Amino acid sequence: MKATAPAVGLVCLGLMGLVLLALLLGLWLGTVSITPAQFWDWLCGRLNGAPAIILSDLRLPRLLLAALVGACLSLCGAVFQGILRNPLAEPFILGVSGGAACGAVLALLMGVASLWSQSLLAFAGAVGTVFMVLAVARRRGSLETSTLVLTGVMINAFFTAVIMFVIATTTDQKLHAILFWLYGDLAAANLRQAYLLLPVTLVGGGVIFFFARHLNLLNAGDQAAAALGVAVERVKLILFLVVSLLVGVTVSLSGLIGFVGLMVPHLVRITLGHDHRLLLPASGLFGAAFLMLADTAARTVISPAALPVGVVTAALGAPFFVLLLAKRGSRWW
Amino acid sequence: MVEARADSLLNAQDLGFAYDGRPVLAGVGLELGPGQMLGVIGPNGSGKSTLLGLLCGLLPPDQGQVRLMGRPLAAFSRAQIARHLGLVPQAAQLAPGFTVAETVLAGRFALMGGRMFENQADQAAAARAMALTDISGLAQRRSGELSGGERQRLVLARALAAEPQVLLLDEPTSALDLEHQLRVMGLLETACRERGLAVCLVSHDLNLAGLFCGRLLLLSQGRPLAQGAPAEVLTPALIKRAYGVEVAVDQEPSRGRPRVTLLAPIETRL
Repeated sequence: MKATAPAVGLVCLGLMGLVLLALLLGLWLGTVSITPAQFWDWLCGRLNGAPAIILSDLRLPRLLLAALVGACLSLCGAVFQGILRNPLAEPFILGVSGGAACGAVLALLMGVASLWSQSLLAFAGAVGTVFMVLAVARRRGSLETSTLVLTGVMINAFFTAVIMFVIATTTDQKLHAILFWLYGDLAAANLRQAYLLLPVTLVGGGVIFFFARHLNLLNAGDQAAAALGVAVERVKLILFLVVSLLVGVTVSLSGLIGFVGLMVPHLVRITLGHDHRLLLPASGLFGAAFLMLADTAARTVISPAALPVGVVTAALGAPFFVLLLAKRGSRWW
Repeated sequence: MVEARADSLLNAQDLGFAYDGRPVLAGVGLELGPGQMLGVIGPNGSGKSTLLGLLCGLLPPDQGQVRLMGRPLAAFSRAQIARHLGLVPQAAQLAPGFTVAETVLAGRFALMGGRMFENQADQAAAARAMALTDISGLAQRRSGELSGGERQRLVLARALAAEPQVLLLDEPTSALDLEHQLRVMGLLETACRERGLAVCLVSHDLNLAGLFCGRLLLLSQGRPLAQGAPAEVLTPALIKRAYGVEVAVDQEPSRGRPRVTLLAPIETRL
């Protein structure tokens, strides 16, 4: 699809409809069934008792957080793929999420588990990992798939060791929470978290979208981008910092939710093409809907028990990744 | 020493550059005015691509200075440089998932300022660039699907879409068939004559460079060996000094420009 202002508007409008549908579906489905009449009453603010608490205090915050986390991770995936010129680049696979998780776990270890300090350390962990990945990528200009995968595996192995160390030294009570968090869990979601993530997502997403045309050129290679007028090093630095911030905050709130940043931008590219002016907003919105649906599935598949949503995304994403790896020789990406 | 002239678009004085302390270019000066076409020739590793890198500001010179329209290159931002000067690099850097039309349109980047989307003037410039390079028929193909020659023309079209005043090209015809070699050189020549474009192109094809360029700069081991009209530079003695091979030079029939014919080494002649 040709990236024009009306096209972008139209696509966003359509995807907002999808986000709304996913939200309604997520509110409706669950272990405790909600009748349409109850749901209507809740919308009008007339519902009281347990169903109202379930909708307002459990399902709604969780869905809002899922939407924001999904949007962030998808945007980050799209940016990494654009700059590193590799369709398999994604925060989780690159190890950036692992770095952020490591920072967040260290915050727990040091006993400074406030939302902000945890996010800050997670951000530091993400930044550190991004520049580690860059140091590997810098030598070639683009990140070869094998290098990317191996680097990510090694970085993740290292951070897993750190995290396991923290877990081994922690008390039993916290263990279940930490483990669930590690697998990417939204069960502890509350509105305060959504309020922290909302401005971060909007500002970060806005900055990323501002650089959509730069990303189009960076996707061709650094030299071409510089020759055509992009201040390559500065733009990359800004984008990597913004992406690290998004990953850091996201991971400290919801743990390791993998593969969203891989699947969502890929599906968007197949349908809308590669132009970042369409790809970025569409990925953000589609990612929001996608993670809301995935989390709804995580809550309902083995009801009344629930899975961490990271289990659902990994179950979908890992085969997806292998599929992409297998047809790596395809001529565009 | 090349003096800066009033109408100079691109001027370089005493340029020098070293990779890790190893000098690869030294003492190169050149002057490019509107409508001029300068060919840079020389053997592998003589510093031709490095010279282009310095001229467009992608490499910082260790010595000397490049001036674009009278101002030092370092005083321009990347976007300002790109508004006046285009580069067609040797290795065609393309985003494989983008279509040909999207790729050419992306060449308008530096002229769009804060605009997020291309307007009709951008569309028209891109369409002209695609027509000139004979890739209009490929508009909806993905750049990753193209042949080497098609990619080369696409990269040229992307640079032309920005309608620069100066165009630097690194072996723009190396992957092209005979027809498209002539076509590309012809379109550059026409743009020089009609729009006052200034062209500096690196080429390994001495005959093609001699046929179309008004001036040639011969580099050898990072130093300028000769600069002047093709007939002054393409002589058996200079080519022997630069390349270490025997050639015969006569006149090609269409324009009377020098024609270089490679001769077999003496010991292998029958």
